[in-house]
Amino acid sequence: MSEIAISHAPAHVRHGSNIGQPLTRRDGILKVTGAARYAADNHPPGMLYAVLATSTIARGRVTFLDVAAAKAHPGVVEVMTPAHKPPLALDPDAKTNPFVFRLDLLQNDRVRYANQSIAVVIAETLEAATEGAALLSPRYETEPARVGLEDAESFVPPAVGIGNPAVVRRGDVEAGLTAASRRIEATYETAPQYHNAIEPHAIVAAWDGERLSIDTPSQGLIMAQGRIAGLFGVSPNNIHIRSPFLGGGFGSKGLVSGPQILGIMAAKLVGRPVKLVLRREQMYGPVGHRAPTRQTLRLGADGSGALTAIDHHTKTSSSTFDDFFEPASDSSHTLYASPAIATSHEAVRLDTGTPLFMRAPGEATGSIALESAIDEMAQACGMDPLAFRLKNYADVEPISGKPFSSKALRECYAQGAERFGWPRRPLAPRQMRDEAGLLVGWGMGTATFPALMFQAQARAILGADGRGVMEIGAHDMGQGAATALAQIAADGLGLDLDEVEFRYGSSDLPDGGIAGGSGHTATAGMAIHSAGANVIAKLADLATGNERSPLYGAGNAGVVARDGRLFRRDDESRSESYGEILARAGLATIEARGASAGDPAARSSYAMHAHGAVFAEVKVDPELGQIRATRLIGAFAAGRVINPRLVRSQYFGGMIWGASFALHERAIMDSRSGRLMNPNLGEYHVPVNADVPSLEAILVEEHDPHVNALGIKGVGEIAVTGTAGAVANAVWHATGIRVRQFPITLDRLI
Amino acid sequence: MTLSISLTVNGVARKVELDDPRVTLLDLIRERLDLTGTKKGCDRGQCGACTVLVGGRRINSCLALALSYDGADVLTIEGVAKGDALHPLQAAFIDHDGFQCGFCTPGQIMSAIGLIQEGQAGDDPERIREGMSGNLCRCSAYAGITNAVLDVQRELIERDRRNVA
Repeated sequence: MSEIAISHAPAHVRHGSNIGQPLTRRDGILKVTGAARYAADNHPPGMLYAVLATSTIARGRVTFLDVAAAKAHPGVVEVMTPAHKPPLALDPDAKTNPFVFRLDLLQNDRVRYANQSIAVVIAETLEAATEGAALLSPRYETEPARVGLEDAESFVPPAVGIGNPAVVRRGDVEAGLTAASRRIEATYETAPQYHNAIEPHAIVAAWDGERLSIDTPSQGLIMAQGRIAGLFGVSPNNIHIRSPFLGGGFGSKGLVSGPQILGIMAAKLVGRPVKLVLRREQMYGPVGHRAPTRQTLRLGADGSGALTAIDHHTKTSSSTFDDFFEPASDSSHTLYASPAIATSHEAVRLDTGTPLFMRAPGEATGSIALESAIDEMAQACGMDPLAFRLKNYADVEPISGKPFSSKALRECYAQGAERFGWPRRPLAPRQMRDEAGLLVGWGMGTATFPALMFQAQARAILGADGRGVMEIGAHDMGQGAATALAQIAADGLGLDLDEVEFRYGSSDLPDGGIAGGSGHTATAGMAIHSAGANVIAKLADLATGNERSPLYGAGNAGVVARDGRLFRRDDESRSESYGEILARAGLATIEARGASAGDPAARSSYAMHAHGAVFAEVKVDPELGQIRATRLIGAFAAGRVINPRLVRSQYFGGMIWGASFALHERAIMDSRSGRLMNPNLGEYHVPVNADVPSLEAILVEEHDPHVNALGIKGVGEIAVTGTAGAVANAVWHATGIRVRQFPITLDRLI
Repeated sequence: MTLSISLTVNGVARKVELDDPRVTLLDLIRERLDLTGTKKGCDRGQCGACTVLVGGRRINSCLALALSYDGADVLTIEGVAKGDALHPLQAAFIDHDGFQCGFCTPGQIMSAIGLIQEGQAGDDPERIREGMSGNLCRCSAYAGITNAVLDVQRELIERDRRNVA
């Protein structure tokens, strides 16, 4: 049976022309004209405005809220507090699985971090709700806040990331270090960071009896639907979430957040539709962040520059009430060959919101430390940083010993280095100046990110009118899913892209999985590919089994789907249009579903990662210490590229995030109050246009026969890794000063 | 207390009864006129997502009290295209992939129109980057944004040259 299935499947392989095309975004016109409706742009009739009141302390209790003053304000309709709120079917502090995070839903008067929701004011206008929230004038019983990595007792977390072991060892690191002729030990610190999507989390919620209609940005529609269903004790089928556009996610919209649920509770309390949008400063607490890390790396190398040991230890933090531990040390598992590797994590619990996935969670933090340490070791060995990396190139995954499913990293190094002019780099630091006398430095870093796949489903429909529909609850948060997945759909259906309606971004469609872990194109794409193959197979059966079809009897030879027709594979003069086949069968449409998931056999046999090499130039003012990243070139190999225009944009975005990691982003905690001192876009620095250097991304060809049938890895996060370290190493090369606290600021260079 | 202001939005004269003096121009446009293309990213003039043109000049509409704009001529992203014909900057943003999520895009485009009208940046990429730095793009589509503005600016320079000749 399996043999028949295998021989049958390739008979219907279609050679589409959409995949690989650098098409512009299909939602482009909507986005440049302002017609794209994001969540907060919805105004159902009778809608009220809800505004959060959030805590100004980090730890303690709310002892008083002036509800009367708020209610007395004209336009205020209701004030939702722990004492006055609709009941929930589930304890928000219940943890039923690792993907369920505890939420602050006014379950009591406790404050566990600054900016926690403590009340919601609902009013006829936004202005009245905002004023009402201010009038609550909360009083607190305050306890000392713990917000630094030294402020609490550390422990070894049960797992890091999602289910990764906190401690991993292969080989004898101490023996490797002892045997080494050169050793380095260095400690690097990374700052807390906040996603800061320009679209604040927003929700418009409307109840109709037991039915709930929601507009809210989501990177995981079906998970959000399930979470909301559990909290309100209603069937998921009664909940419809629309998320056609996300104004950026970066991980912060992967799980439904507390404030979004509060918007739904507010709508329930007042019996009218409610819109709740976070204020910018309220996004620094309840919607996740990247936790700070302190990472110590110990490396050993022999006389030839070959690594003998890598020991990577991370100290990080989670909240006092939930578990997410930035898996930074895991970066050392895959990149550099070493007979001994040990990675470990410890953590403290702090009075902050729970940290969560932020673009390359663990990979980005780990990468800047590892790439800095590798640079330091290359220097200790007197070797060029690229030569050192090539000397320690991993031909199999170091931690597992598995072969790579594909790895075009050598090509990335070669193409990036040539384009950048790397061979002209002087080995010693502080050797180059530009015409204005600024110090110039060149650094590099290796990029890597796992090629993940989750589970998804799709439904394909072909119509007698010759058009196709592909349905999947996929998410376009800017990465371009609406375009790239439609390209896969068109090829899967054997149709021109203009003949395909691609439906996505709604919870009433088949589960598109989550848009995270750089796995969405592979996961949703494979579900689409499979649904396309299945509907074409059904159509082919109709034709090849009917003696009036020119394709009759072609079952063994197989057919090819192209341009809305099925062709006999061994005789393309015999063909029939989809419309003709369906009309003869008396069908208006034919449909099939498809599903995707990683292949467990392939995944147990191969290590699957995308790779890249990033080269950076920085200029530093020798007197003022001012640093500018002036040139970034990244070469990335991530399997099959569906749309090079969009992939290049993803790489650019990731590279700028990497430069920002090295030079800009830092949330600064006030250790006395436990509050952030810079919770706004003026003082929490994200790159602006003028910060952005000359950028180049090279798309290195890579064919991967194992990751999935389409050969797709993922491109959303990899470019953050590698880049951050490359910029940091360039700062060293410019100045001769090794800064190990990130972001690197000018005060450390003068 | 009801306050009445008149303003022109995208070429249409609007008389607005305001029941509240605290309404910003941004919230007026979005919540009361339902022109939701203009976005709120920070509500304190730091991100530029709310950029509109008033009398041809770009402003952060979140920092503008609506009542102060009695008689103003406001252009929002919804008024930029002429029917189905995109403004050259809108087309250039698509061609250069000058956006990803699209949330900051209306503000970027309004800012770019303002920048070109100011006539200060010319076709110097560095000055364009500076002049566009009040508009944050967290997806970091900055290279595409700069190239889109540069393209349109160069077309205009070329057109002016032809007109002179």
